[in-house]
Amino acid sequence: MKLTKLAAAAVAASIAATPVLADLVFPSLDYRTGPYAANGIPFADGYADYFTLVNARDGGIGGVAAKVIACETGYNTEKGVECYESTKGEGALVYQPLSTGITYQLIPKATADGIPVHSMGYGRTSAANGKVFSNIFNYPANYWNGASHAVNHAIADSGGDISGKTIALVYHNSAYGKEPIRTLEELSKKHGFKLSLLAVDHPGQEQKSQWLQIRREKPDYVFMWGWGVMNQVAIQEAANIRYPMDKFVGIWWSGSENDVLPAGDGANGYKALAMHNVGSDFPVFDDIKKYVVDAGKAAGAGDQVGTVLYNRGMYAAMLAVEAAKTAQEIHGTADITPAMMRDGMEALVIDEAKMTALGMPNFGPTFSVSCENHGGPGLGAISQWDASAKKWSLISGFEPSDNEIINALIAEDSAAFAAENNIAEGCK
Amino acid sequence: MLYREAGDFKTSYAKDQQTFPIAFDRWGYFITVAFAFLVVPFLINDYWVNAVVLPFLIYSVAAIGLNILTGYCGQVSLGTGGFMAVGAFSAYKLMTAFPELSMIIVILLSGGVTAFVGILFGLPSLRIKGFYLAVATLAAQFFLVWMFNKFPWFYNYSASGQISAPERSVFGFAVTGANVTPAVSYLFCLCFVFVLAWVARNLTRGANGRKWMAIRDMDIAAEIIGVDPLKTKLTAFGVSSFYIGIAGALLFAIYLGAAEVGEAFDISKSFLVLFMIIIGGLGSIFGSFAGAAFMVLMPVLLKNIMVGYLGWPTDLASHFQFVIVGGLIVIFLILEPHGFAQLWRLAKEKLRLWPFPH
Repeated sequence: MKLTKLAAAAVAASIAATPVLADLVFPSLDYRTGPYAANGIPFADGYADYFTLVNARDGGIGGVAAKVIACETGYNTEKGVECYESTKGEGALVYQPLSTGITYQLIPKATADGIPVHSMGYGRTSAANGKVFSNIFNYPANYWNGASHAVNHAIADSGGDISGKTIALVYHNSAYGKEPIRTLEELSKKHGFKLSLLAVDHPGQEQKSQWLQIRREKPDYVFMWGWGVMNQVAIQEAANIRYPMDKFVGIWWSGSENDVLPAGDGANGYKALAMHNVGSDFPVFDDIKKYVVDAGKAAGAGDQVGTVLYNRGMYAAMLAVEAAKTAQEIHGTADITPAMMRDGMEALVIDEAKMTALGMPNFGPTFSVSCENHGGPGLGAISQWDASAKKWSLISGFEPSDNEIINALIAEDSAAFAAENNIAEGCK
Repeated sequence: MLYREAGDFKTSYAKDQQTFPIAFDRWGYFITVAFAFLVVPFLINDYWVNAVVLPFLIYSVAAIGLNILTGYCGQVSLGTGGFMAVGAFSAYKLMTAFPELSMIIVILLSGGVTAFVGILFGLPSLRIKGFYLAVATLAAQFFLVWMFNKFPWFYNYSASGQISAPERSVFGFAVTGANVTPAVSYLFCLCFVFVLAWVARNLTRGANGRKWMAIRDMDIAAEIIGVDPLKTKLTAFGVSSFYIGIAGALLFAIYLGAAEVGEAFDISKSFLVLFMIIIGGLGSIFGSFAGAAFMVLMPVLLKNIMVGYLGWPTDLASHFQFVIVGGLIVIFLILEPHGFAQLWRLAKEKLRLWPFPH
């Protein structure tokens, strides 16, 4: 009892001490511990480093310094709630939860609090319908686009016809892994392939039976929706049963260096989707080296620069900074609020000139966001792992997905959400 | 001086049997309850409710539930997470199937459904004991989580398998969904906690509680003196699961708002609640609260100190948190194997004599 009182007093004291609201606050709900840390660390480093770069090189966003508040979630939804509540009071402009579970939780909370959430390539796919999900953004691409990209790739790979063939989906048995199933089912009706579903339970270290089944059924393609330690295990298991790696396609969350390196040469030829470019041959990395790494300000151990997920974190930060700039232009003030940030995100335009000016030419697809479409164009590319060079490289351009099927599904799912929560569709 | 029995005369049997026989305790209890109901709602904000108070209250209910089964009746259970999932999913199904139903009824019915499931999984306890029963309840944990993942009916065929609580209100105040004020969700949970703790306290010191404890202490002897093991064990499973189901329903509907069975109700939840009652004290209602407070507040407190004050990197702080909480658990169990409840009892013994111990 004494202890709990002491604890309560100390918690009370630490909450009372909130800093002054001077900076533009970008909370980073990251995870550097737990079974998903291998993937969480590079993303968190990239996200933090880009803001450090913007502060050091440009003197902040429109003259106001950006501040990243890191909060460790461990991919756990309860810690995610704690992180959200403890950071929102500090003037958080946009949340990037990097977890589909936490995103689902934040959708109603953040909407009620008027804070935007950017779930880039994850989260609730139907949030692409901005008329229902006013504060949730998932540009530039979502899972259903990803599912369609993977199928398109399989079609192209098998010479334009996939009917009668089998695709196995190895997925994380959670909201994240289940998201693409509906789309793949629709696509299997349209293209006539057979879909076989293999769930892998959290955290994904045990996959022997799933891969035994793949060995027996010999599907023509295997798709994977995995994250964290599950990716490494799956790629290792695929290598063990000598599954042809060029028929094995992962979502963009299953295609980083950490996932393929443990399997060594066995992982050669493994493919993954990409929503942005890979590698470090971009001028922005010279700036990062000069202003961040060499200045000793790099987040984490500083050894992740240029890896796939580092690039993704950096890309997410870049989109956030550009949206903040857009918001500053729209509202004519440098000191923006979360509501202004939301407007900025909804009016965000990313074109080639902008990316080149930022030192990231051809880094991602060009797109613009609107109230009707919070999901962007859904362009995606295919990347492939070269085990001898230890490098990912894009083997296709950024191509469109089967939007006809996806848009119908988005409309259906968002309408269900709107009905469940009494939301009237419409633009603010 | 103040803390003593002398001068506090009991003139009726009811007074003689009361929970707090010492006037000082009684007043402390009344003041705490009055403070919780009358003062806290006006002070509380979003952060306090969602990060500290709600998880504490909800885990207290779960800990009381498990304490009834394990602490009072001596049946070890590792299925707490699974039973909480039953509560959460029944609440979700009821909320979406009957939008007009008051949340109070939804939560109570979810507890009822869980009680039924708990009795079902309690049946093997008549044949097996100890570790073997723990394994049987472990099977319940894995089976229930698998079931809620496998059959889309449970999550209304949503694409992701995620359940989200729609907005529902009680007496015109929203208690679930996004537009909840901190005071309302706090009071809603507090009422449940207060009533359930009060009922639990009175159940455990009445005939039922004595039967449970008889079974716990020696089941053969209990049977000889006329305690029916079938009925006793199954009532313990039923009452315990009722509490745990309510905790699960509150956790999903009021606290989290959205949940995913594999993540929110996995085996680690079962262990968390088990640790709460072991640290708090087996067979004690106060211990359930103390254990829940320790396991919920300690990580938040450590995080605020290490990240907020000392400015350590979040990953280092998070790893240290495991070390410190784990170390504290070990130290507590060595110094006081009967948990916080026993510490509290000893402190009261000492206080009675203070300041003249001889």
